[in-house]
Amino acid sequence: MILKKHTTPQEAVECIHDGATVMIGGFGEAGSPIELIHALIDHGATDLTVVNNNTGSGHIGLAALIENGCVRKMICSFPRTANSTVFADLYRQNDIELELVPQGTLAERIRAGGSGVPAFYTPTSVGTPLAEGKEVRAFDGQDHVLEYGLKADFSLIKCDCADRFGNLTYYKTARNFGPIMAMAAETTIVQTKTYVENGEINPEHVVTPGIFVDRIVCVPDPAHESELVAQGVSYP
Amino acid sequence: MSNPEQQIGWSRDDMAKRVAQDIPDGSVVNLGIGIPEKVAAYVPEGREFIYHTENGLLGMGEAPRDGEGDPELINAGKKQVTTIPGASFFHHADSFSMIRAGHIDVCVLGAMQVSENGDLANWSTGAPDAIPAVGGAMDLVAGVKTIYVITQHCTKNGEPKLVDTCTYPLTGPGVVSRIYTDLAVIDVTPEGFQVVGLAPDIDLDYVQSKTGATLLTAPPRIET
Repeated sequence: MILKKHTTPQEAVECIHDGATVMIGGFGEAGSPIELIHALIDHGATDLTVVNNNTGSGHIGLAALIENGCVRKMICSFPRTANSTVFADLYRQNDIELELVPQGTLAERIRAGGSGVPAFYTPTSVGTPLAEGKEVRAFDGQDHVLEYGLKADFSLIKCDCADRFGNLTYYKTARNFGPIMAMAAETTIVQTKTYVENGEINPEHVVTPGIFVDRIVCVPDPAHESELVAQGVSYP
Repeated sequence: MSNPEQQIGWSRDDMAKRVAQDIPDGSVVNLGIGIPEKVAAYVPEGREFIYHTENGLLGMGEAPRDGEGDPELINAGKKQVTTIPGASFFHHADSFSMIRAGHIDVCVLGAMQVSENGDLANWSTGAPDAIPAVGGAMDLVAGVKTIYVITQHCTKNGEPKLVDTCTYPLTGPGVVSRIYTDLAVIDVTPEGFQVVGLAPDIDLDYVQSKTGATLLTAPPRIET
């Protein structure tokens, strides 16, 4: 029987090994799988390469993962946050690596990685420092840079509703990187607000087909990053 | 505001209103973070714009009323927003396909520097201790059909932002169409900066004195 459900966040992330590449969904707090990230901190994997658009807020979620020394390298588009100096402090001390990628290029690299496309050309970043050292080729008279697909060992994402086969729907702008990160990882771990029987999600409404999902954790009442930051919470 | 430059010329709201006048009815518009966000308040009577926010929403509405916000319904600046009837959500790769492939009509961005050939610098000063952060700016300027810049004419220290050559790292080369400042509306033409409008009580000599490149006023002559 196909049953993609684990009972706890802890059990779902215990296979994440030191040195793994981990994609973490979310744009700011929208779609951030905080409970899975906190379980990963508890699990204690280190030397991780983490792919996310940002570098977290306050001292919880992704910022806490970085602050707890789990992350060797960030691949992201916007590592600045008004309410967190965790990444900035480590970066200035040369204690964390940064691969800065334009946001759309980051998204397309993830989609390509999850789609069996090893590389692609894009007009984004042509003529800027972020294109330095990259192959440039003209198509229809316009220069494009070569970018490589991005894959991960694990993805941690958040959805709104999941069924037994791993079909997913999302909530508003929390969708962001979820669908493409689900495709790009060897093992995709999802935290869902609701878990339903097969057939309860209309097949026309499925956003991520279950083939891209490996483990599901039900977190009916997930924490919100901004509320934890406002309360001054640090994790652990 | 302690800066005396704020006392003359257009206010930020005036600038935003002026930008909105130039956006055609039916446009799909992406507004950058900061002053560009004000443009949404000044849609001219009889026009309808659809706002795209690159984190995955077409049909972005106004800010929610107090207490009615949703932490997972936000814009690219991570502020809480609402949706209009007819809105749609989509993932990041689709959102940037809309941007990269020219499906978005107009993007309004802030600037650190704009050069007379339309180069835009708005993501990094290149300072060694700065944390580099680019977000979606490079994708927007590479893909959106028309790029408008809305910015104060000078920096807080009085340095010109409109220059002959950008000294900051570029966001994109030759991408800006028109610049709206507190002093003037200026087109980027093949011949350079051309003033197409002046704020009330501002004269051209004053604008030139605040600009780091030569301003053209008459329509450029076409050499044959």
